[in-house]
Amino acid sequence: MHFSPVPLSWYLTLSAILFVLGVAGFIYRKSVITVFLSIELMLNGVNLTFIAFSYQLHRIDGHIYSLFVMVVAAAEAAVGLAIILTVFKNRGTLQIDEVDTLKL
Amino acid sequence: MTFFIVTLIKIVIVFAVFMTTLAYLQWIERKVLAHIQSRTGPLRVGPHGLMQPLADVFKLLTKEDVFPPFVNRFFYLLAPFIAVCLALITISIVPFGPEIEVAGVRTYMQIGDVHVGILLVLAITAVSVYGVALAGWSSNNKYSLLGGLRSSAQMISYELPLSLAIVSPLLLANQLSFRAISDSQAGYYLGFIPRWNIFQAPFPQIFAFIIFLIAAFAETNRIPFDLPEAENELVAGFHTEYSSMKFACFFMAEYANIVNITCVATLLFLGAWHPLFPAPYSNWVAPLVLLLAALSCFAQAAQPRRKNDQYTFPLFGVVFLVLTAIFVVAALEIVPVLSTILLSIFWFLAKVGLLIFAFIWVRGTLPRFRYDQLMHFAWTFLFPVSLLNLLITGLLVALFPERI
Amino acid sequence: MDTVLFIIFAIVAIVAGFNVVLQRHPISSALSLVGVMGSLAVLYLLLGAEFMAMAQMIVYGGAVMVLFIFVIMLLNAGAEKPSSKAWFAQIAGLPLLLAFIATLGFLIYSALPGLRAVEFGSWTMGTAEEIGKLLFTQYLLPFEVISVLILIAILGAVVLALKEID
Repeated sequence: MHFSPVPLSWYLTLSAILFVLGVAGFIYRKSVITVFLSIELMLNGVNLTFIAFSYQLHRIDGHIYSLFVMVVAAAEAAVGLAIILTVFKNRGTLQIDEVDTLKL
Repeated sequence: MTFFIVTLIKIVIVFAVFMTTLAYLQWIERKVLAHIQSRTGPLRVGPHGLMQPLADVFKLLTKEDVFPPFVNRFFYLLAPFIAVCLALITISIVPFGPEIEVAGVRTYMQIGDVHVGILLVLAITAVSVYGVALAGWSSNNKYSLLGGLRSSAQMISYELPLSLAIVSPLLLANQLSFRAISDSQAGYYLGFIPRWNIFQAPFPQIFAFIIFLIAAFAETNRIPFDLPEAENELVAGFHTEYSSMKFACFFMAEYANIVNITCVATLLFLGAWHPLFPAPYSNWVAPLVLLLAALSCFAQAAQPRRKNDQYTFPLFGVVFLVLTAIFVVAALEIVPVLSTILLSIFWFLAKVGLLIFAFIWVRGTLPRFRYDQLMHFAWTFLFPVSLLNLLITGLLVALFPERI
Repeated sequence: MDTVLFIIFAIVAIVAGFNVVLQRHPISSALSLVGVMGSLAVLYLLLGAEFMAMAQMIVYGGAVMVLFIFVIMLLNAGAEKPSSKAWFAQIAGLPLLLAFIATLGFLIYSALPGLRAVEFGSWTMGTAEEIGKLLFTQYLLPFEVISVLILIAILGAVVLALKEID
């Protein structure tokens, strides 16, 4: 079967779009969980860039970096969700702009 | 082009056999459970109750499809779809036998070999949590939500021992694709001990196998770990609100998951299609087993208290006799291709069948865990033990790089 | 074939990405993100990164996102309320974002000459074997450091959860 090639710039454009979508969610959304999800979206966009450049250079270092990004995201999700749980227990809300005082 | 046609034929065969197995697995489970509890099980529909699965399918298809008013429509419909689709993927990378040559076409008895096969299975297992979790959440029902929560916590917890138990046979095989793992288990030590991974030097994986089985019970939500659907506390948990075909999807996914996980256990630990002892003798196991089945059918039919089965059992006996004749031909290796196909499929299915029987047996014997016991067991016993097993295996593989 | 697969999954990724940002309910956002991750896994496969594709599904799709959904279900968080506090972001955000993506597009299409064309199967180094070799030789120290990071994260999560019980 014939596989027609895809320009690598398409992959990079896709990752740029995903990254910008993540930034938009980070800025506009008010729920802590969705803000968190937007960060994950940004990280995914970055991972796609790493892997695309890995293809460009024909080296697998990019794969290793994106593996590290994944691990950091997992660690971040564990701690971040624990913090979200604590915040919700203490303040009863997930809206970011209602959690604006240092003391209860 | 031949590749596509051959693959299409293989897909059709595997799909048809797999779906029939799923339907009959439920019949077998009911029968075995009934006999464990001194009952008779389904007997009325068809000869010896053999048409029961068909009747069940008709019942489920024609039942009223109740749509509860307070559910989240989209996710409520999506959940059974996710569950059943993910459950049907794994079988496509399972090898049932070695490479064969039929009419000049060389092909493997496998739909497709994925280079990262075992990782794909892990990924599918990991993602299949969504079906149950979403069903629990979108049903908008306290019990369903509890079932969904329990199931996601349980599946995350038991995935760790499951993955760690999978890693140690991978260390022995040095490969990730199922075909390579199966091939690495061919041959015998001293001419009679099979090189299956549970007997493999330098460290037999018997502990990993037991850990894998325990974690597999939890991953498939079976008794003794069936907390997500505990009938008497959660009124069937995540699928309380489901009826008709949507309920059947969850049911099918459960049985498909059992078949998948037993296939994976067979491939990783029990030497795939490689027989228990060397070839000329092991060929005769299949005819012998089938002959015994035929004889026991005839013997049962002769008993006066089996008056319902006085015609059906002799019929089964004749069927088994025909199968025996076919396998005798296979054992004599008159047509080599036929022998390879039949015997490897026999050994593969025999191992899978034994494991499935163990699943049903456990369901008939053990009580359910309590939730805290379940978590405690996973994190304080199963996880450390599987880690220890992995460490020992890794150390021994590093110390003895040349295999005996 | 390559182009068709890329276009299908790129469209899925972009639509799901918009869904993450636009959906009001956190669980819809989370599941859309799972959709993004799944389609990205397919794109990784097209780029010859088979191990990373599977790791994406196992780590992101199977662990991180399940954790998110678990927490959303546990908190039973409803749809978020619109709020008008962050006026600066709402006024200046969209133009800035458009400028940002325009810059990125300019960089990709003008400042990066000589990009390869991606052909499925022409480069197959992304196997578990190659990644393992590199990870345990050249990147051994980062690997160890990151395992310590994971350990710290686990301890942190446990401490936070324990505080809650008191």
